[in-house]
Amino acid sequence: MQRLEVAFLEKAKELLSSGQVNRVLAYKKGEFCYDVSPAVFYSVEELENAVYNGFCGANLSKYLIQESKKEGKVAVFLKPCDTYSFNQLIKEHRVNRENVYVVGIECQGKFSIEKFYKTGVGFVASVQEDLDSVLVNGETKIDRNAVKLERCLVCKKQHVVYDELLVINEKKDGDLDRFEMVKKLEAMTADERFAFWKEQLSKCIRCNACRNVCPACTCTKCVFDNDDSQISSKANADSFEEKLFHIIRAFHVAGRCTDCGECSRVCPQNIPLHLLNRKYISDINEFYGEFEAGKDIAQKGPLTNYTTGDIEPNDFKGGNK
Amino acid sequence: MKKIAYQNIDKLYGELASNLDLYMPIKKAGALNFEKYENGKEADIETLQTVKSVKDLFFPQVEHFVDFKTDGTKIDVIDTREIRSEFAIFGVRACDLKSLEVLDKVFLQEPVDSMYKNKRDNAVIFTLACQNPHASCFCKVFDIDASSPKGDVECHLTNGVLYLNPITEKGANLVNKLTCLEDATSESVDLNKQEIKAKIDALPFSNLDLSVFKGENLMELFDRKEWEELSKACLGCGTCTFICPTCQCFDVRDFKTNNGVKRFRCWDSCMYSEFTKMAAENPRKNQMQRFRQRFMHKLVYYPSNNGGLYSCVGCGRCVKKCPQSLNIVKVIKKLGDK
Repeated sequence: MQRLEVAFLEKAKELLSSGQVNRVLAYKKGEFCYDVSPAVFYSVEELENAVYNGFCGANLSKYLIQESKKEGKVAVFLKPCDTYSFNQLIKEHRVNRENVYVVGIECQGKFSIEKFYKTGVGFVASVQEDLDSVLVNGETKIDRNAVKLERCLVCKKQHVVYDELLVINEKKDGDLDRFEMVKKLEAMTADERFAFWKEQLSKCIRCNACRNVCPACTCTKCVFDNDDSQISSKANADSFEEKLFHIIRAFHVAGRCTDCGECSRVCPQNIPLHLLNRKYISDINEFYGEFEAGKDIAQKGPLTNYTTGDIEPNDFKGGNK
Repeated sequence: MKKIAYQNIDKLYGELASNLDLYMPIKKAGALNFEKYENGKEADIETLQTVKSVKDLFFPQVEHFVDFKTDGTKIDVIDTREIRSEFAIFGVRACDLKSLEVLDKVFLQEPVDSMYKNKRDNAVIFTLACQNPHASCFCKVFDIDASSPKGDVECHLTNGVLYLNPITEKGANLVNKLTCLEDATSESVDLNKQEIKAKIDALPFSNLDLSVFKGENLMELFDRKEWEELSKACLGCGTCTFICPTCQCFDVRDFKTNNGVKRFRCWDSCMYSEFTKMAAENPRKNQMQRFRQRFMHKLVYYPSNNGGLYSCVGCGRCVKKCPQSLNIVKVIKKLGDK
């Protein structure tokens, strides 16, 4: 795996020194091995702090909304799931494709540092990555799947948009059913499901991290930030009031959400927000046929396209009341 | 000094809760936060840290404090402030306790914030020494001693026994009422303090250098070009401000009802684009400016106005929770390293 990081650095240097691009959007080292941040590098010297490893989970696509509008070409290293978001942004005219040089980079699944702690390994000073395992602090071997983000267990695997690929090893696993939990929720009674969401969404502190990180949330000004809208929230009558925000947001990104999983990755209260989106994805698949947002920009979105065969509101009764 | 076997800890919680409202770290749907203890709830004092800090119990995210009711041309002003009687908080870490000192300087200065003061006056705080500090902790930098957190009653959980050492009269009065406790000597606690101190000394951030962060360097720090790079990945979310034990900015919101207005106080975040919006314009136009404000406030403005007291307590929550791993440690290291 360390071979991939070397190849990543070489590619980034080559793109910068050849003048093909004038900056590179990638990840930079933190204080530990696991606290990497998205960063823009303007010179080969700055790339000394660049890094590519299992902790580079952040989806870089959203940064391209701003970066692709600046002067000159930017190179970006996108993981398979990131390319779905980027493609969707192209479709929605939110990025300038011609200003971006996309290197589709290999990903064997990204990590959740909290999952490392759950294994009881303690302080994570170093992680040596292998395709199916990781060696922590040079002594404890852990199954890679045990420390992966949930989204990486249901991986998309393929890059859907790129100018070149940087893939040494194909990804083999990641085939779990992403709708498993959605099915469990659907099988619940309405009261059980309500109790599940009430417990989860009552934790919400409305920090807006889910919205701000979401590559499908690209409104220049969100209605929830508009003080004149009377729905900007902040002051709730009860702790479950944030359900409104989350349900509206999920509806707003329905048909456009690529299931990149960033909302759940960033939630400080560990609310499984992606389940709301996946429910809509699952419903869209059922009602309109299989559809994956971001996969094919020529394909029309089922919710923004009308055909005479479309399902009618009365054709479906849900809810398990 | 008193003690109770940790396996019987539910007896202590039960007895405390029968005397007064008890708040403590409670696990709900996988997240640990301070909540009211009730039988059947999952109390957890072994995990080092709650997501939201103890601030939430003194300065809650939302407070409904006044109603205005109209009847023709008459307006009634109805005080809806909650009046607390004595309540206990269990499992407060040293950093969170210190954060109250920071908040006191904001809310207890004239004009005194009555809602905050009511809660401060009525809280009995049981602190808990940090048996296993985390690599992201840096309270030592702010002269906080997590091995001896003080409060009204200082607790230590070591070798399967919880020790309770009353510090204040308020704490002693409550502890003396509790029948589930036995008398104890201080040897185990003294040893525990030494062990914790050694662990804290070995933490990676325990020796951060704050010397550059002082009022006389204000303009120089404000103009540092590194702010651009430091804030580059900032999403402008409010995670850091809402989980921070010392962030104290709030907004006041009015909601219209059929015959009046309900007025709330609610947390706000300097990271939000609307935070400084004024009639004419918004003086902080980009995320770099907002990001800079937050850290300048904690490290320069607040200490300049409060006798050198930093408004960071080194709890490390932002280090753990920033979605893109930006945090105050990175700011201190980058700007402190001239």
